Amino acid sequence: MSSDKMDADKLNGGIPSPLRRKLLLGMAALPAVGLLPRGALAQALPTSAVNTTKLAVTDGTVKVGILHSTTGTMAISETGSVQAEKLAIAQINEMGGVLGRKIEVIQEDGASDWPTFAEKARKLLVEDKVAAVFGCWTSASRKAVLPVFEQYNGMLYYPTFYEGLEQSKNVIYTGQEATQQILAGLDWVTKEKGAKSFFLIGSDYIWPRTSNKIARKHIEMKGQKVVGEEYFPLGHTQFNSVINKIKLTKPDVIYASVVGGSNVAFYKQMKAAGIDLNKQTLMTISVTEDEMLGIGGENIAGAYACMKYFQSLKNPNNEKFVAAFKKMWGGESVIGDVTQAGYLGPWLWKLTAEKAQSFDIDKIAAASAGIEFTGAPEGYVRVHENHHLWSKTRVGRARTDGQFDVVYETADLIEPNPFPKGYQ
Amino acid sequence: MTRTPQTSFLGRIDGDIAGILLLAALLIVILPLGLDIFRLNMVGKYLTYAFVALGLVLCWGSAGILSLGQGIFFGIGGYCMAMFLKLEASSPEATKIQSTPGIPDFMDWNQLKELPWFWEPFHSLTFATVAVVAVPALLAFIVGLAMFKRRVGGVYFAIITQAFAAILTILIVGQQGYTGGINGITDLRTLKGWDIRTDEAKLVLYFVNAALLIGCILLCLYVRRSKLGRILVALRDKEDRVRFSGYDVASFKIFVFCFAAALSAVGGAMFTLQVGFMSPSFVGIVPSIEMVIYCAVGGRLSLLGAVYGTLLVNWAKTMLSESFPELWLFAMGALFIGVVMVFPNGLAGLYQQFIAPKLRRLTTRRTDAPVAGAPIIPPHTAAD
Repeated sequence: MSSDKMDADKLNGGIPSPLRRKLLLGMAALPAVGLLPRGALAQALPTSAVNTTKLAVTDGTVKVGILHSTTGTMAISETGSVQAEKLAIAQINEMGGVLGRKIEVIQEDGASDWPTFAEKARKLLVEDKVAAVFGCWTSASRKAVLPVFEQYNGMLYYPTFYEGLEQSKNVIYTGQEATQQILAGLDWVTKEKGAKSFFLIGSDYIWPRTSNKIARKHIEMKGQKVVGEEYFPLGHTQFNSVINKIKLTKPDVIYASVVGGSNVAFYKQMKAAGIDLNKQTLMTISVTEDEMLGIGGENIAGAYACMKYFQSLKNPNNEKFVAAFKKMWGGESVIGDVTQAGYLGPWLWKLTAEKAQSFDIDKIAAASAGIEFTGAPEGYVRVHENHHLWSKTRVGRARTDGQFDVVYETADLIEPNPFPKGYQ
Repeated sequence: MTRTPQTSFLGRIDGDIAGILLLAALLIVILPLGLDIFRLNMVGKYLTYAFVALGLVLCWGSAGILSLGQGIFFGIGGYCMAMFLKLEASSPEATKIQSTPGIPDFMDWNQLKELPWFWEPFHSLTFATVAVVAVPALLAFIVGLAMFKRRVGGVYFAIITQAFAAILTILIVGQQGYTGGINGITDLRTLKGWDIRTDEAKLVLYFVNAALLIGCILLCLYVRRSKLGRILVALRDKEDRVRFSGYDVASFKIFVFCFAAALSAVGGAMFTLQVGFMSPSFVGIVPSIEMVIYCAVGGRLSLLGAVYGTLLVNWAKTMLSESFPELWLFAMGALFIGVVMVFPNGLAGLYQQFIAPKLRRLTTRRTDAPVAGAPIIPPHTAAD
């Protein structure tokens, strides 16, 4: 990947090197950058040069879109992403914006409704001519807007961990694809707990099914066994029959990808049925700090979650991020994996625009590979040629207070592989 | 409706045709001139719901059969079209990245190795077009036969249609290898090689949609004015009396239910063509009830009212959600409460109560204008 680094160096050539380093250092450099004369960059980079495709860019501003559900069933999940994206944009503006231009946000509500997402995406691209869109959460909403972004050549920064099997010039996936989230976690639980048998349970849609398909292949390749695989409709709240099956098959590990409100019922009923998660190993790829609010820490304490980010991560970037997030959105707010991935979007876009010295979508898409963000709360991340991120996998253990203790993290960044050979 | 035709020279027959001409002018001339292609495409999308609202005017307004499951037929119509378009978009060349090229992408993700048998006929556009109308009509026929022959009606029928909507959603979501699951059938590209995603195609589809809608309004008008239409009103108001007069009530009900289903399905197919995908979120209970609301806002007794109601509610939804992304649902809620509390006969009711008498006075220049223009409220409305 040394060539990526060289690219990054070369493309940042237009900006004086001390400034560049400060940009890369992120918020740490905030006060120093504030001293630079306003608009100095804008004069150096006339709008005609950085915007050749009639995007909404002026000498002083650049418009971007935020497209999430603020109403409907998904609002509870997507609010964190909106907050993180707004925080990142506010911080970038405080630093002087992108290529000397302040970011202006146009927020649209996808209303948990996939055609509305498509309609709003079209509006943002066709009417507002935004330079980038940060948004979408569910796979269904992403699938609905993807043809729109490809048709009108827009740029989408998509924050959620997802099933993979997709790659687009017009999307940067800031969450993990399935193999990044699953494989290292399974290896860890095998090594740590000596697990031999797994029970897979998930909500019935593409992400849990694909994730479990990958998990099953990995488990069986290692000579371990899957003793059960069950799916439930979204919003399902009766898990007693599957809990009985779990009790009968006595798996070493329950591997859960139940999403949304179903989680609350699932963990409460497990507890009521006498399954103690301190004794029965459960690994989930769908519970973050956000879901813990609804489930209640006491119902899920002891379970392991496999993510790339936890709010309790100990590093200077994250401490600053958590403090800034709570200052902006209230001390009670919690930050889950997707929220952090949402925060990466605006920063990656800013760094890419500065590398490309342009807002043009084609140039942003071309310049994205190799972009590094050292200020990420999860630690250093880098964009792969396939537009996914190199990220670490981490395992956290749920505590009663709704936070996780990080018990494991991979030594290296894991390569994103949205089309994993041998797992399809 | 029951208004006597001789109240004025802007009487019922001229009035209906004049109203349709006005709507046609609005849809085919004024809106395309006044809106850019993006907004026009949105109007086109709203108009596809107007097909459902038309069906509801006949089924609910005329015949008194409240169906809370019109999304089923809208969805099936849309899915039939989407299946054809998806197969065309899944040529072996376009899908060579998959482990089984030549089948739709979501089947490949679900480890299907070959096209399921019921997908095969959808290679043919003729078959798909026929299926758009025939499959929902057949389903409505079966449901109608089972319900109306047993004299299930009123609120029980409404609840059962809701159950069917829920069943179909669960079926589609659960069988994602065959249906695309919750994501639906996405990324539709061409119709017989004609790219439906371009602005020109959207313009053409808009006009096709508008013309179809006008055609369907005329068809509905024809049904309502026929003897059949009067029997429908009669069985809404006094079902037993119709039965004792020797009519087979169930057959009439089954017919109007199938007719409404077919109309909804046409809307669904046009929706798929214009929006470029279909998903179970248009099949379930919530969209089905929303469609009833469109009809209620416009006025369930008026064909044109239902079209305007659909346009207005969707337009308000879009505008409010663009301007107040965090508050718009409250505004919509207020609008719906307003409709139910203040003007139960919808926009058409308001028009007939306040505007039509004035118009009539203007046109007839009579000082003793009759009050016959006031809306005739069917007997059971009072209890709603």
